Amino acid sequence: MSASLASVSYIAAAILFILSLGGLSNPESSRRGNAYGMAGMAIAVLATVFGPQVSAAGIPWIIGAMLVGGSIGLYAARTVKMTQMPELVALMHSLVGLAAMLVGFASFIDPTSELAGAEKSIHEVEIYIGVFIGAITFSGSLIAFGKLSARIGGKPLLLPGRHWLNLAGLLAVGFFGWQFLQAESIAAGMLPLLVMTAIALLFGIHMVMAIGGADMPVVVSMLNSYSGWAAAATGFMLSNDLLIVTGALVGSSGAILSYIMCRAMNRNFISVIAGGFGSGAKKTAKKADGEPVGEVTAISAQETAELLKDAKNVVIVPGYGMAVAQAQHTVFEITRTLRERGVNVRFGIHPVAGRMPGHMNVLLAEAKVPYDIVMEMDEINEDFPDTDVSMVIGANDIVNPAAQEDPGSPIAGMPVLEVWKAKTSIVMKRSMASGYAGVDNPLFYKDNNRMLFGDAKKMLEEVLTALKA
Amino acid sequence: MSLTIGIPRETYPAEKRVATVPDVTEKLIKLGFSVLVESGAGELANFADETYVAAGARIAASADELWRSADIVFKVRAPSMDEVALLKEGATLVSFIWPAQNPELMQALAARKVTVLAMDSVPRMSRAQKMDALSSMANIAGYRAVIEAAHHFGRFFTGQITAAGKVPPAKVFIIGAGVAGLAALGAAVGLGAIVRANDTRPEVADQIKSLGGEFVPVEYTEEGTGVGGYAKVMSEGFQKAQLETFARQAKEVDIIITTALIPGRPAPKLITAEMVQSMRPGSVIVDLASEQGGNCALTVPGEVVVRHGVTIIGYADLPSRLSKQASTLYATNLLRLTEELCKAKDGLLNVNMDDEVIRGATVIKDGEVTWPPPPPKLSAAPAQAKPAAAVPAPEKKSAHGASGAPMAGSTLAIIFGLGAALFWLIGAYAPAAFLGHFTVFVLACFVGYMVVWNVTPALHTPLMSVTNAISSIIAIGALVQIAPPLAAGGVPRGDDWIRWLAVAGIVLTAINMFGGFAVTRRMLAMFRK
Repeated sequence: MSASLASVSYIAAAILFILSLGGLSNPESSRRGNAYGMAGMAIAVLATVFGPQVSAAGIPWIIGAMLVGGSIGLYAARTVKMTQMPELVALMHSLVGLAAMLVGFASFIDPTSELAGAEKSIHEVEIYIGVFIGAITFSGSLIAFGKLSARIGGKPLLLPGRHWLNLAGLLAVGFFGWQFLQAESIAAGMLPLLVMTAIALLFGIHMVMAIGGADMPVVVSMLNSYSGWAAAATGFMLSNDLLIVTGALVGSSGAILSYIMCRAMNRNFISVIAGGFGSGAKKTAKKADGEPVGEVTAISAQETAELLKDAKNVVIVPGYGMAVAQAQHTVFEITRTLRERGVNVRFGIHPVAGRMPGHMNVLLAEAKVPYDIVMEMDEINEDFPDTDVSMVIGANDIVNPAAQEDPGSPIAGMPVLEVWKAKTSIVMKRSMASGYAGVDNPLFYKDNNRMLFGDAKKMLEEVLTALKA
Repeated sequence: MSLTIGIPRETYPAEKRVATVPDVTEKLIKLGFSVLVESGAGELANFADETYVAAGARIAASADELWRSADIVFKVRAPSMDEVALLKEGATLVSFIWPAQNPELMQALAARKVTVLAMDSVPRMSRAQKMDALSSMANIAGYRAVIEAAHHFGRFFTGQITAAGKVPPAKVFIIGAGVAGLAALGAAVGLGAIVRANDTRPEVADQIKSLGGEFVPVEYTEEGTGVGGYAKVMSEGFQKAQLETFARQAKEVDIIITTALIPGRPAPKLITAEMVQSMRPGSVIVDLASEQGGNCALTVPGEVVVRHGVTIIGYADLPSRLSKQASTLYATNLLRLTEELCKAKDGLLNVNMDDEVIRGATVIKDGEVTWPPPPPKLSAAPAQAKPAAAVPAPEKKSAHGASGAPMAGSTLAIIFGLGAALFWLIGAYAPAAFLGHFTVFVLACFVGYMVVWNVTPALHTPLMSVTNAISSIIAIGALVQIAPPLAAGGVPRGDDWIRWLAVAGIVLTAINMFGGFAVTRRMLAMFRK
């Protein structure tokens, strides 16, 4: 295959990738979108393998590596539970990061490079940046994976003077970058590159460790973005436009997702990345405002079933708690039973519900909940006053009225689902503990709110039994 | 040793309620008490003795026997003097007492050295709602008032268009939107009537609307919320404006239900004889305040009378007319109070005077009169704070937007400035080959930006996994390094390092490539209508 043919194939692949992302604009076309993505990837890989840059000697190696990696990937894709999607995605980001690192190193030690002057410098800067982003993505994603799969505690780790640490790290990276560019030989450049890689790895670990559990949607989409930039940097490194285009697509996609998530929490991207929710000043402000007062009213599963039976309009608001309890199938059974009785059941999804963007939608889809009754926050918020029962399953901050009513609250101004406007709201929780933001929730004390305490799955099963009885 | 709860038969004429029902009896026994029921106590509320026995209670043949052996007596109506005389010394009595209206009864009870908890004195706080028997009874009274009105009213409530002609809906006017008023409102709306309601407290307007009623305001500015959620006495000017409003309504509506009560005072006279006269013949007035003298000037307490062709219902025993429902709710209120009194579930009472609710309900403690209690803490505080707090939020937003607008402009300028500087640097120093790639990069960023904003939020997770799969395009970087063809005259790479790095890169990206697409496919297949 000639170089031109390979280039044309790359253009085709780039177009297919764009179509693939475009297909995700609605569920109907999304399956075709995924197929476009696969086709694009196949074309890109084949064009490279049979293109001018790979000799026949490499093909057995490639086939072997592809077989090993591919079967691991397919196995993981088949066995992963939908509740574990965030972990899987984080883990995959780390692979992209690691691959970018490896490719960077390989490119650096490649002795066949014949660049000189400004081109050589730019090439080295590209390598340096590519490895840097790759290393941050790798270690950061691994930590995110650990946090999401609860191998590492969800609490933010806040080292004293962490911003100074980060700044010192960045300065060191700059210093070694200079050294790296001055290096005469590959061997001389190796040391600064390795030191920088170590710093970048620590940097990634430190950055994600400082971020708490519920900010994870932002982190996961941010790492998604990084993995794209890593690919783009690799593209510059190798002068490959396809890599640049794809990396830019992925990078901007992740960046937009991060932005959407931040907006949904009314938080500044910088403050999320800087880590640690509710610094000292915010906490004192909260104390001064006083805790919500009053008494919560508990309700039994039996009574919940009665309320649901008598309702005409029901809105279910799921949160991370539903994912933890693996309750989505029971939720669907309840939904089906109610719908057969003519109750209009819908779902209200907050953009940051769960641990990654769109997490709840995937869980509900897995449980066979039809997607046309799953609504976004903006679509459903105005319907709450006409709702008889709103049921909150394992969510807290995303339904906290303090965000609207209490300007001193740490989550003030965050858009929330207005479940309290329904005639009755039922909150399923394991205990009265406050949510991730550490803010007490005045919803629990409202007159029209009932608390259903217990494990979400067990309680929902009881509700279902009572409904069917 | 556990205590015995005695349930006597109510002796007040025509009182059909009973202080506990079999379901609740069971729960009282679970709290450790034994329950003794006077034979026939529940008969008028349709609870036979056997059902109590089945629930674990014992039956006392006579009132004497019951009063003598009961350590705790649960009653509905305040006891008669005869009953007080039967009460065991040191016993506890829980019932309606109305201490302000019944000073002699209080003295007689104090003389017996007993402890008395008055259900009418349970403070009105959200924590005490579950034991608020006044609310339960008022709810029933409100419902029953509509039923009584419907019974005496010669027409349908709901409007109908039938083959025999058009029937206009009945118009109902409710004065006082407390628990009883709102219950009446709900019941009347349920029957299909057009319902209007008035209250001196403006904050109930929303509650009225939420139940499907129409709020009729009095055109006069004065707020009528007193301590503890009750109404207070209003100024003279207001009262005049109020009467004018009512007079206008009286001419229009078919049914008036009055529920206006001010604690510890005779009921305010809101419907004058002239207003009754101005109503259409066949109209009905239900006066729920009849026991306190009535809101209507022509009410005869306890009776139904017809004046100027208008039926005026002055029953004071509406809850008793729904005896089974009333008994069930009252029994549950008593049970909740008992739970508070017996937190250890050991069948003993602990009248904890530090507990605000119990302190309020206890009117006599071991023979000492403890009524009236210190004034309750304001219960409506959160409700009042709410609208006040809700307003600043949007204000803050708009203020921020206003001061932020010029700032956004300057930020924009800075961004453009930085961008221009960056572009100039690149343009000045970068070689041409780099610029080609750079162009592609910038354009691709914009394409990505446009495309991704179109992605529906429901598909954000598939978006992440598919972009993840696509980012394994990095494989190409590894592929081209594994075995590049030798350039003519080039140095052979004797370096296995590159190959192994490249192989590792391919393995990693292949995991991502295959895994990412497969898992996306699996997810997308699940999205269905």
